[in-house]
Amino acid sequence: MGLLDKKYQDSNIIIVSLEKALNWARKSSLFYMQFGLACCAIEMMAAAASRYDLDRFGVIPRSSPRQADVMIVAGTVTMKMAPRIKRLYEQMAEPRYVISMGSCSNCGGPYWEHGYHVLKGVDRIIPVDVYVPGCPPRPEALLQGFLHLQDKIMNESLSEGGQSTPVVVEADKDGNISVKNADETDTHQNADIKFPQQDAKQKPAG
Amino acid sequence: MKTLNDIFDQITEAFGEEDFELSEQDAGDSWITVMPHRIHEVAKYLRDEQGLRFDSLMCLSGVHYSKEEMLGVTYHLYSTEFRHRLTLKVIMPQDDARLPSVEQIWKTADWHEREAYDMLGIVFEGHPDMRRILCPDDWEGHPLRKDYKEQEQYQNMKVPY
Repeated sequence: MGLLDKKYQDSNIIIVSLEKALNWARKSSLFYMQFGLACCAIEMMAAAASRYDLDRFGVIPRSSPRQADVMIVAGTVTMKMAPRIKRLYEQMAEPRYVISMGSCSNCGGPYWEHGYHVLKGVDRIIPVDVYVPGCPPRPEALLQGFLHLQDKIMNESLSEGGQSTPVVVEADKDGNISVKNADETDTHQNADIKFPQQDAKQKPAG
Repeated sequence: MKTLNDIFDQITEAFGEEDFELSEQDAGDSWITVMPHRIHEVAKYLRDEQGLRFDSLMCLSGVHYSKEEMLGVTYHLYSTEFRHRLTLKVIMPQDDARLPSVEQIWKTADWHEREAYDMLGIVFEGHPDMRRILCPDDWEGHPLRKDYKEQEQYQNMKVPY
């Protein structure tokens, strides 16, 4: 940051690492695959409708798995549906995420013992990123699931192997050399990306 | 509008008495039990006969009488013309559960009979498309039988919890 930091503060230029910029862009336009399996789908529709309005997070439905980023498994996954879910997941382009919504897709829910036809947890066939509990979860719960997913995306790394934190060698003013995790030194990790204040002021009122 | 006794008399007059039995109940619906091999012709008669005209099959259900080791099919009929209704029952042994289809008489029976086949393993002879309707095609067993035990694996997925 240092050298360029103050020079561009009043312009439209933001200084940010490529990783953060990409992650910010990805988390802000999560297209979810538009399908529902059971009563959870009704809550999902309520979350997408005007009262809860998923669109304000950039979360909008997409009718094709090819163009979707995240799959919401909203409802009971039957044994008959399970191979189709897996197929749909495989048709999604990477990076792809799965939100398991409600008790049924988390663990079988009320069908765990006597539901011979129910898959006891969608994580038996596809990897799940966020589990949203509830039967069905309220729209707020699904929203929180999305917020958790956004956190997860922001913490992802461009480098191969994902989450490993790079090491930084640092010398303090006394000349002592120490090795630290990049997380501890890079204050940018904790920074929120914000547009310069001036831009907001220039917008017409109302 | 005809009573159950009227209808029973009319059936026995047309088909003889040995294959039919009237079961009158104090509470709930009374019914007529029909031998499996007569059900198709009786159904056609009930639909077409002047004065009966059972033009609607309201429901067709499969039943497992596990103590008796029998399987049954129950037909609920209704006449929109005369507004009378009738319950028919067919009962057959569990290890040879087959009976004629009534799909040619009431089209409603198509999916109902497929469901009875899927859930209980009752085979309807003469049905044009006797496949499972709810479970996947490669499912094992018939889930609504009282002695049903679910399979361990389905397409490499574990079935029990």
